Amino acid sequence: MPTSPSDSPADSRPYDLVVVGAGPAGLAAAVTAADLGLRCALLDGGPSTGGQYYRHPAPGLGAARPDRLHHHWSAYTGLAERLAAHERAGRAAFRAGHQVWALERTGVGFAVHVTRGPESTDRATVRSRSVLLATGAYERQLPFPGWTLPGVVTAGGAQAMLKAGLVLPGKRIVVAGSGPLLLAAASSLVTAGAEVPAVVEATGYLGYARRPGVLAGVPGKLVEGAGHGGALLRHGVRLRPRSAVVEAHGTDRVTGVTVARLDADWRPVPGTGRRIDCDALAVGHGLLPQIDLATELGARTRTGPDGAVALEVDARLRTSVPGLWSAGETNGVGGADLALAEGELAAHAVAGESPATALLRRRSRLRAFAELMAAAHRPGPGWTGWLRPDTDVCRCEEVPVSAVREAVEELGAGDPRTVKLLTRAGMGWCQGRMCGPAVACLAGSGEPGPDRRPLGCPVPLSQLAAGPGPESGPEA
Amino acid sequence: MRRRTPAGLVEAEPGPAHHIEFDGRPVPALPGQSIAAALWADGVLAWRTTRVGGRPRGAFCGIGACFDCLATVDGRPNQRTCLLPAEPGTTVTTQEGHGRADLAV
Repeated sequence: MPTSPSDSPADSRPYDLVVVGAGPAGLAAAVTAADLGLRCALLDGGPSTGGQYYRHPAPGLGAARPDRLHHHWSAYTGLAERLAAHERAGRAAFRAGHQVWALERTGVGFAVHVTRGPESTDRATVRSRSVLLATGAYERQLPFPGWTLPGVVTAGGAQAMLKAGLVLPGKRIVVAGSGPLLLAAASSLVTAGAEVPAVVEATGYLGYARRPGVLAGVPGKLVEGAGHGGALLRHGVRLRPRSAVVEAHGTDRVTGVTVARLDADWRPVPGTGRRIDCDALAVGHGLLPQIDLATELGARTRTGPDGAVALEVDARLRTSVPGLWSAGETNGVGGADLALAEGELAAHAVAGESPATALLRRRSRLRAFAELMAAAHRPGPGWTGWLRPDTDVCRCEEVPVSAVREAVEELGAGDPRTVKLLTRAGMGWCQGRMCGPAVACLAGSGEPGPDRRPLGCPVPLSQLAAGPGPESGPEA
Repeated sequence: MRRRTPAGLVEAEPGPAHHIEFDGRPVPALPGQSIAAALWADGVLAWRTTRVGGRPRGAFCGIGACFDCLATVDGRPNQRTCLLPAEPGTTVTTQEGHGRADLAV
């Protein structure tokens, strides 16, 4: 039951809704929820709203035209203005630098445990009747020889550093891996002045042609794709489908890559390797939903057509945990337009209001496209063919392929957890976010299981020992 | 028409540059840039060596998820430089291993 938006800002009762993550889904959800009269807090670990997709230069950089690094920038500025109006009226609160490390169910809803600031300097607990998870996704990485060299960065990382800091990792950047992010990243990099000698995509794009009806339902996606394609064409960027970077060369930094053709299972075709000189490589193999806050509460998951584990939600975007909703990439990666639609839908559901039919239809069309895209870029099992025994699988703990294979073949480890206990793969700082898919594949356990991380981010022991943080209610 | 650079693309008019210190030398930084961004702009891609192999590492994911970009910042080890702003006078030191040599562990 929504409470009155005229509630005093000094009110210390729980929020009606806490939205975790201020990217497209969370922003749309918070603004819509406030429109509908819910008292709402929007939390994000970063310094401003926008998330990874609408990441933009800090004010000090004085960017007059941040829109040139973004598709459909006005969607963001429109939402940011509406949020600001709600904040002025005391209907919504945006909390920057609030990294949520756990959700805890309480009698009336949830205690949202937060560590604050990039250095986790202090903590807080935000109470709410309901929670909407809009924590987005992170990039799926598959290891290859040389991928730990400086100058090898993730495709999303290259974009993030460009969008926020106006910097490039090099002058001549190969873009490689699989998924629509590669075209977007390459397009940004060339427009910002980098030379991109090749975009190396493991699939053949034919997957998209299998469902023409789904494509016809999302003309905006085709226009977006054509926009990236046009930018690449103008800058003479070569697209190399059905190929992969099978090795990065260099000693202290990357100086070149070897690109080889792949068969339909992503197995490198012998004798097809060709060297391309470069001083940076931006690589990624699609995105993985960031869902550990929900899986720790036992939320049900599903494995998508891309092999990625996402939250299972109903038509109103409810997870299997009462009071916990989810919108955007956490329900299966599908891009910003889908995230915006789902954020708006979820807010309606939390408020107990019926959304417009047009919004429901739009969400269905975009979700269908997301499933098609996921199927088209699903990694083939043959990618392990480009590994060598000394290739590090786990970047944090420096665990090579040979150690993982020994654990599986000689010590009988048949799942990622056993491999982790025997080799330390996945036990380091990133908690398996970088090596998880690769370890699951090498362990031969088929589909990776859902992420399980009791702490969503590093928290100083002193903060854990101190118990729940100071209440951070609407007045904080 | 400006030369094609990230700043030119977005028609940036940044505030005055300042300096951070990286391994004892000054590195320019623009207001609002992260430490990792300032280092990239200076052509520096590595500011950590790994615990086991002593291999160089720098920013990888750029969004705080991979922890490859750790460095010692103002004397505190294991700081994510892709998240921390480059403030005037910030001191960044290449981190060796776990960055806690003083504990001799």
